[in-house]
Amino acid sequence: MTINIIINGKKIEAQAGQTILQAAKEHDLHIPTLCYHKDLSPTGNCRMCVVEVKGGRFLQAACVTPVWEGMDIQTDSEKVVKDRRLTLQLMLANHTANCACCDVSNECELQELVYEYQAETPAWGTKGTRYKVDSDPNPFIHVDMNKCILCRRCVQACAEIQVRDVWGVAYRGFQEQIVAGAGTTLLEARCESCGQCVAYCPTGALSTKINYGQGMARAHQVTKVTTTCSYCGVGCQFDLVVKRGKVIGVASNPNSPVNGMALCVKGRFGYDYIHHPDRLTKPKVRRYLLEGGEKLKTNRKSEIANPKLEWVETDWDTALNITAKKLGEARDYFGSDSIGILTSAKCLNEENYLMNKLARQVIGTNNIDHCARL
Amino acid sequence: MAGLAASFGSGAMSNSMDDVAKNAKAFFIIGSNTTEQHPVFGTMLRRAVRFRGAKLVVADPRKIDITEFATLHLRQKPGTDIALINGLMYIILEKDWADKQFIEERTEGLEEFKATVMQYPPTLVSEITGVPVSQLYEAAEIIARNKPTAVIWAMGITQHISGVRNVMDLANLQMLLGNMGVPGGGVNPLRGQNNVQGACDMGGLPNVYPSYQPVTSEEARKKFDDAWGLTSSTKVGLTATEIIPGILEDKIHALYILGEDPVMSDPDTHHIRKCLEAIDFLVLQEIFPSETAAYADVLLPGVSFAEKTGTFTNTERRVQMVHKAIEPLGDSRPDWWITAEVAKRVLIGTNNRVPREAPFSGWEYRDTNEIMSEINAVTPSYGGITHQRLEKGERLQWPCPSADHPGTPVLHTKQFTRGKGKFAPIDHVPPAEEPTDDYPMVLSTGRVLYHWHGGQMTRRAKGLMEVYGEALVELSPNDAEKLGVNGKGIVRVTSRRGSIEAQAWVTDRVPPGMVYANFHFPEASANELTLAALDPVSKIPEYKVAAVKVELVG
Repeated sequence: MTINIIINGKKIEAQAGQTILQAAKEHDLHIPTLCYHKDLSPTGNCRMCVVEVKGGRFLQAACVTPVWEGMDIQTDSEKVVKDRRLTLQLMLANHTANCACCDVSNECELQELVYEYQAETPAWGTKGTRYKVDSDPNPFIHVDMNKCILCRRCVQACAEIQVRDVWGVAYRGFQEQIVAGAGTTLLEARCESCGQCVAYCPTGALSTKINYGQGMARAHQVTKVTTTCSYCGVGCQFDLVVKRGKVIGVASNPNSPVNGMALCVKGRFGYDYIHHPDRLTKPKVRRYLLEGGEKLKTNRKSEIANPKLEWVETDWDTALNITAKKLGEARDYFGSDSIGILTSAKCLNEENYLMNKLARQVIGTNNIDHCARL
Repeated sequence: MAGLAASFGSGAMSNSMDDVAKNAKAFFIIGSNTTEQHPVFGTMLRRAVRFRGAKLVVADPRKIDITEFATLHLRQKPGTDIALINGLMYIILEKDWADKQFIEERTEGLEEFKATVMQYPPTLVSEITGVPVSQLYEAAEIIARNKPTAVIWAMGITQHISGVRNVMDLANLQMLLGNMGVPGGGVNPLRGQNNVQGACDMGGLPNVYPSYQPVTSEEARKKFDDAWGLTSSTKVGLTATEIIPGILEDKIHALYILGEDPVMSDPDTHHIRKCLEAIDFLVLQEIFPSETAAYADVLLPGVSFAEKTGTFTNTERRVQMVHKAIEPLGDSRPDWWITAEVAKRVLIGTNNRVPREAPFSGWEYRDTNEIMSEINAVTPSYGGITHQRLEKGERLQWPCPSADHPGTPVLHTKQFTRGKGKFAPIDHVPPAEEPTDDYPMVLSTGRVLYHWHGGQMTRRAKGLMEVYGEALVELSPNDAEKLGVNGKGIVRVTSRRGSIEAQAWVTDRVPPGMVYANFHFPEASANELTLAALDPVSKIPEYKVAAVKVELVG
């Protein structure tokens, strides 16, 4: 059912059951938010989205207040702006103020709003560092509750996206804090280390430990490349964050068609194999292939016992020519079906297509398979 | 896949993940540890259960994570899936819950199938599977009375000597309930690797060309002979599980392996090592010196997914772009480039096999986009899937035969690929290796959340190793007590093929009499123990059942 409301003096149409925030968004009217996230159910607890409703005694949180016929709303009145600024100041009074060293500076939603509303840290001072920095031993998730604004997005992301219920709220009043389980470590509280809470945290309270300090959020220093995960068959997409030619991390991409912001521990945090020093970076051949002579078929692992089996780094031409010669010889001497080809479920479609073409056209065999069975 | 091909004419996940998560009234998960192996899909299922009240029946010998969300958990004995499924169908027929209209219009072979199912009354099924009769009735009711039910499985169903028949029996179940071709239903085998679906689609199989055009078909052979100027015979090739043992049988003399690690991932490691030691020539294209690299003669450095552009196809047949983020490390090269170079050099090396002049006889590719154009031309189901469309953000699930085709999120909506769906009478067969006095326990194998397959990638990820840094053997508290494992302890697990020693994880995830081990760590890989008993059709090894004995080491 369509109803008529007024926002900032302008008559607009809204749908019954919509919140003020939804109605405003549909008409491109901006209302600032902090605890609200479109993927999570609204809780109305940060008070950033407050608006003035004519006839109302208090300011209303736009994310949870439904519209009604004839509702007259002011989103940016002096009273509203003053209220929002005070809300931000109260947050700052309880927030470590070292943006320069913070890992999420530039992507911090609190920082954005503090700037927009020019909210100074209040003269009555901050409460300092109340909690241990990096307080949880989880290897992936950096916890600094001094930066927490109690928005509860982590609690909701864990309950509503991951459905694991690791995070909760404990204590009351000024002591109120976010805890894992009943005040245990994340892993003890059965955390799966998916990092959904990190992705949804609007501040630096939860960030990534394995690349802390590398500048993941410094947009001017990094490039983001959207790609598809290389682990399981779900096909999640995310952004690889690249700095100076190196992958420094994985960031959720909200437009990912299969998974949205969600990822698993391997997808989000299992990327560092890419730059592992074990990576093969030069073609290698066994010495006997360069010097001639027979391949000794025993004791393959002991290169000391059999120096002919020592690996020698070569250029591409040498390695490719040896490979082609050996495959060609086996084909011509023993027949096409003496060659087996194992293609790869980890590689691209285009690459698998070429392996299939190589087996059938070049070698002339159907002996091609991959680990689908394994 | 062979099982679904027999029942429906083609094998792949019939529905999409978002579709079943949104529309299924109930889920039947059998042989899929969804939250650990397909974690993000696992969370979609958890959400469906918690937030819209979908019912969930899990059938698994282990108390896997998703069972916490189950309406009902059936703990069948390993290797008794057919008896279980037949038992459920017996009850469905007995209670008259079958979808008669669907059966009449869309299927054939009901009577013969029915005669077989009627051999599986609940009391007998309970005896074979160890599942109480009352639970069988409860499960059948949930699955049948909530419509549609989506059936979801993975390697827990296929990695048995009866794997193909297990799958055909699940196809029977979904036809009986009329859950095929509808949103929220279907048969949903989850593919393990990121691009195992694509590797199959692209002809990385011994019996089919790209898009499952059979190599035995003269028509298909001619098509590719015309496209490539030369192709192979109509004789079906060897599977991976036959190629490597074929070395000792003097059938295979050279191997070209791209990004696979048979020493870790194939059954009976000891035998695999012996085979690889005897190969005349092995070229391995890899990113790491894997366990298999020790047996290679040439190592060609390929690149990781971060260093190349192209496409992967996910479990729901959806093709998605992979984008190059960084330059290849050192002197490594994209794998497509390497393969094309090998091909070119074999072709110019000798005159024994020269392709005729043909549209796609050559191997000059500037990028994967050019390769995709060739794929479009010879692969009907990928005919309209181009990099350009994917870059525009189109959701393309094959079949997508032409440039204006929107793709196919749900298969079999009007009719099955083979016309009518075929009910197949399937009988229970016991596993190849059952416990004996010498080997009294059952070993099942698989992966864990924090690691991936042979572990080449995840063992090189620091954080993952911090959480799960060594092989653990899951052991029930009951057996732990018998063995004297008090909390922690190293156990030796021995089968007829080999032995491993690893830390025991005492947990009620496994029932008494069963142990579960993974194959992520070379120092204690479960595949030292597994046997190469293969499904006669799919040639998939029975990874999920082996007889072992377990001893306390210290």
